Amino acid sequence: MKLDLQALSARHPAARAGVTPAIRQLSLHIAAGEQLAVIGPSGAGKTTLLQVLACALPPSGGTLQVDGLQPWQLPRRSLQRLRGRLFLAPQVPPLPPRQRVVTAVLAGRLPAMGLWQSVRSLFYPADIPAAFDALDRFDLADKLFERVDRLSGGERQRVGLARTLLSPASLWLVDEPLSALDPTRSRQAIGTLVDTARERGATLVATLHQVDVALAHFPRIVGLRDGQLAFDLPAAEVTRERLAALYDQFEHELRGEVPVTPADEVKAPQPVVMHCR
Amino acid sequence: MDPALHTPPMRDPAWQGRLFWMLALVVVLWPLGVATEFKPWVLLEPDNLKVTRQFLDTFFPLAYDAEFLAMVARETWRTVAMATAGVTLALVVAIPLTLINTRVLSVSALSGRMARGPFWLRQAVRWLLIVLRSIPELVWALVFVRVVGLGPTAGVLAIALTYGGMLGKVYGEILESGETHATETLLRNGSSRLQAFLYGLLPTNAAELTSYTVYRWECAIRSSVVLGFVGAGGLGQQLDNSMKMFNGGEVASMLLVFIALVALADKVSAWLRKALG
Repeated sequence: MKLDLQALSARHPAARAGVTPAIRQLSLHIAAGEQLAVIGPSGAGKTTLLQVLACALPPSGGTLQVDGLQPWQLPRRSLQRLRGRLFLAPQVPPLPPRQRVVTAVLAGRLPAMGLWQSVRSLFYPADIPAAFDALDRFDLADKLFERVDRLSGGERQRVGLARTLLSPASLWLVDEPLSALDPTRSRQAIGTLVDTARERGATLVATLHQVDVALAHFPRIVGLRDGQLAFDLPAAEVTRERLAALYDQFEHELRGEVPVTPADEVKAPQPVVMHCR
Repeated sequence: MDPALHTPPMRDPAWQGRLFWMLALVVVLWPLGVATEFKPWVLLEPDNLKVTRQFLDTFFPLAYDAEFLAMVARETWRTVAMATAGVTLALVVAIPLTLINTRVLSVSALSGRMARGPFWLRQAVRWLLIVLRSIPELVWALVFVRVVGLGPTAGVLAIALTYGGMLGKVYGEILESGETHATETLLRNGSSRLQAFLYGLLPTNAAELTSYTVYRWECAIRSSVVLGFVGAGGLGQQLDNSMKMFNGGEVASMLLVFIALVALADKVSAWLRKALG
């Protein structure tokens, strides 16, 4: 699925009219099957951008084209059908605590299931092997029949990612998929996402806080700052100077996450930042 | 240094406001007490105490002859059946209305304002629920006794209508006040409203919905007593008969059965909450 943004602006639905939009004058073209990481300091508008791409938030200016269609011009039913062809994985995994993992993962497939099939799947899971396989890729196969509230924060986040693999979507929008994972799990999880998206030919857009992970796994990097495009480059061309400029005054977010940092800098583990945007 | 700063404060600064609101409460409650002729001390006057004692004395000995107990068992069963059938029919009324009424399940409200058509439909449903529950079940029962004749059917229909209105309202409130992240994400990813309900909203709120439904069943058992007084059958009608015959022993026995039924409902509710929680 390809995406085309022309001079796009967007503001958070709760924002007052006078406030500067979270995204301003952003133009971006994403080809079908492409994989890109969106990086930038907190409050740069990364999550808002994903919500606009997911057709969850109407842009306040400019145009958005998804596969050549303008989603907000479509009738509501067609818009909802279009939403079924893309998948937004929010940072906080959207899992009801009392649900079983297998049900939560299979919920990713709902847009492709009829009502009858989804009711039946509540009584007997529709596709246990598929759910098992998706969980297995994130090392969670043994949790298949556990309840969500028995899982740790990191496990829940990976269940949320496993749900992505079940969705019939050809555009995956993943928001901060690694915020609750340790470095080893992070690499494994992002590797799984990138590889599977490539296998299926799905377009993958991920916002990331870990710049080193982004540079290592994604061919294209988009830097966002104050709602505007700072750079849009192949990963190899993202220099340390560019990153320093992008994270100017937000160095603490960059620190300890770029491979080559000056030795005198303290490598303190950063607390997980929870964005409510 | 100012010595005044070091003397302990003599008074709580919030005291005056508190005193004012306490007095204001009395001033507001006084006319209400006058309007309702609220004079609890008349209960303690010697003459009235004597009447009360005489009434309570008639409760003993309890009635427990075999014929009476068989009748009580039969009518208890009928009462339970009436309450259960009534609440089940109320669910048939309430569930579809709740699904229409719940704002969380609105696709158009996902991004900005709800569309106009669905908005007015919701208002209409809300009004229907108000009408259903604002007419007491006693009035519905009087109507239905005339239509379908004396017997439990009138009670079942009366409970169904009033309780349908109550359940619809409270279900809506439970669903709106809970965590909606999971449901919203499902809708944003292209699920239908019913699918989002089954996989997001229902597992999140199942325990609250169940415990309220069981509580309503308990209320229906109590209601059925009052409905029995107007000829809707069940234990209530027998209670009415015994009262008219001044047979205190029978009245007391039947009241004990009611206490047992309510205690049972309490146990069932606690058990269900534990099983679902």
